[in-house]
Amino acid sequence: MAELILTKNFGVPDSHKLEVYLRHGGYEGLKKTLEEFTPDQVIEEVKKSNLRGLGGAGFPTGTKWSFVPKESAKPKYLVVNADEGEPGTFKDRYLLEKEPHMLIEGAAIASYAVGIHKAYVYIRGEYVKQARILQGAIEEAYAHGFLGKNILGKGFDLDLVVHRGAGAYICGEETGLLESLEGKKGWPRLKPPFPALVGLFKSPTVMNNVETLCQLPHIMKRGAAWFAGLCEGAPKAGGTRIFSVSGHVNKPGIYELPLTVTLREIIYTHAGGIRGGKKLKAVIPGGSSAPVLTAEEIDVKMDFDSLMAAKTMGGSGGVIAMDQNTCMVKALYVLAKFYAHESCGQCTPCREGTGWIAKILGRLVHGDGRPGDTETLKAVADNIAGNTICPFGDGAAWPVQSFVRKFRSEFDYHAKERKCDVPRNGN
Amino acid sequence: MNAAIEFSPEAKAKFERILTLYPPGSQAPLLPVLHLAQEEFGYLSPEVQEYVARLMKLPVTAVHEVVSFYTLFKKEPTGKYWIQVCTNLSCTLTGCERIVEYISQKLGIQVGETTPDKKFTLITVECLCACEMAPMMQINEDYYGHLTKARVDEILDNLK
Repeated sequence: MAELILTKNFGVPDSHKLEVYLRHGGYEGLKKTLEEFTPDQVIEEVKKSNLRGLGGAGFPTGTKWSFVPKESAKPKYLVVNADEGEPGTFKDRYLLEKEPHMLIEGAAIASYAVGIHKAYVYIRGEYVKQARILQGAIEEAYAHGFLGKNILGKGFDLDLVVHRGAGAYICGEETGLLESLEGKKGWPRLKPPFPALVGLFKSPTVMNNVETLCQLPHIMKRGAAWFAGLCEGAPKAGGTRIFSVSGHVNKPGIYELPLTVTLREIIYTHAGGIRGGKKLKAVIPGGSSAPVLTAEEIDVKMDFDSLMAAKTMGGSGGVIAMDQNTCMVKALYVLAKFYAHESCGQCTPCREGTGWIAKILGRLVHGDGRPGDTETLKAVADNIAGNTICPFGDGAAWPVQSFVRKFRSEFDYHAKERKCDVPRNGN
Repeated sequence: MNAAIEFSPEAKAKFERILTLYPPGSQAPLLPVLHLAQEEFGYLSPEVQEYVARLMKLPVTAVHEVVSFYTLFKKEPTGKYWIQVCTNLSCTLTGCERIVEYISQKLGIQVGETTPDKKFTLITVECLCACEMAPMMQINEDYYGHLTKARVDEILDNLK
């Protein structure tokens, strides 16, 4: 069994409390950072660790930080993206609930590296309990000198504020989130300018995902070489990530594993294989936006580059397994309804296209398909991808393109015969 | 304009504290203030939206634009228990349609409706990010997973 880093103490009673966190080595990474590293050295260390953004994009974290200007007339901000919303993903919920101090410590390290003194945690509105736990941890951290003025007596100041979202998937997108945090509807912004230069309140801003920040205390405590070494054989990957596994597996749940694990190992070794001894049919490997893989394609490693080479993506690490009795038309319809509901409406190809896709899939599912529907689906998706301000459009198009490409005969059957040919389509 | 709409002293204090967390004069406190108003008044009626606009010194249209964009802001009164059943992929794969149908039947209401005694409102929602416990639902602040008909009975019958 691989070493657990983030989830090691999830089973410890009251793991969210400061006293328990300290007993397990908590805030030692921050202490070491403030005592032994200059901000630039922290950025270098994080670059060397190969840590990449675990929210979905997989962008190298240290490189992202280095885009923020050293000197700025305006205050710089850290925004913690805790707006977990990608279907199939639930790891940040666990981290917020079980290890809020790890997040606070990581946020403090990131802020020190970039010269930030004010940070906001944007947490999805439905996570009421998690927001309360985090707020409690922040108050403890202030009371014990891990937040506020002169942290650990080292002359570094940081304020951290919890900000609740209000139910909109688009606000997980970086610039949609910034708009929302500024009290507006979450319409993504055109880039450039990038948030590193013009972000929150028009100021230089770093945005990192919860899980990404939680890795920092460990990297600083144990070193970049150790972290990068956890992904042997993958030169641009480091550390572990928490895979959220759901769907037709025997043991749905979170599994923290090095990124070099294969999808087959996740499903069969860790998540107990497919329920009822059935065969696997398809898997979404990185949250709902990631192109689907067939059962024959699961020997791929789960690091960002290997998944990209397999024409899909690591995304948020949400693995959704579908068994042999799953109707792929119906599965895609469920996702299409989601994207149609969550499209923010700003860009025409996405606003109109996601609606059309959902309607066409709806009639295919309900026995009302028409010849040519498969082609139309593909054409609409092709006209969304690459034609929108934010990556939501791509995320909505990729499932359609990949489902149709890999399971074409099912779509054609629905269109022609106006029924489903998947045996015992009980779902 | 409704004169009866006003924060209690406790809510007013919370409002003042929220303002201190953001740069002076910015619109950023709007979401937390709307959450506070919803807690205080139950839902965000047009009158409540006007009140928030006055407090925040914003046009009512700016407040309404935000209220209408986000699903957690309630535009009309709901039952005491707000049942949100997830119908995204992992929940569909594990049978959420049967769960929605069962709750609807048990409460005698369609999705989107409130029971006549104003106790329950039933809606379906997109992914609540708890797919490991699919099929699942959220009632007010709490998540309930691994739903079966028996478990739904147990949960709903225990809500007073």
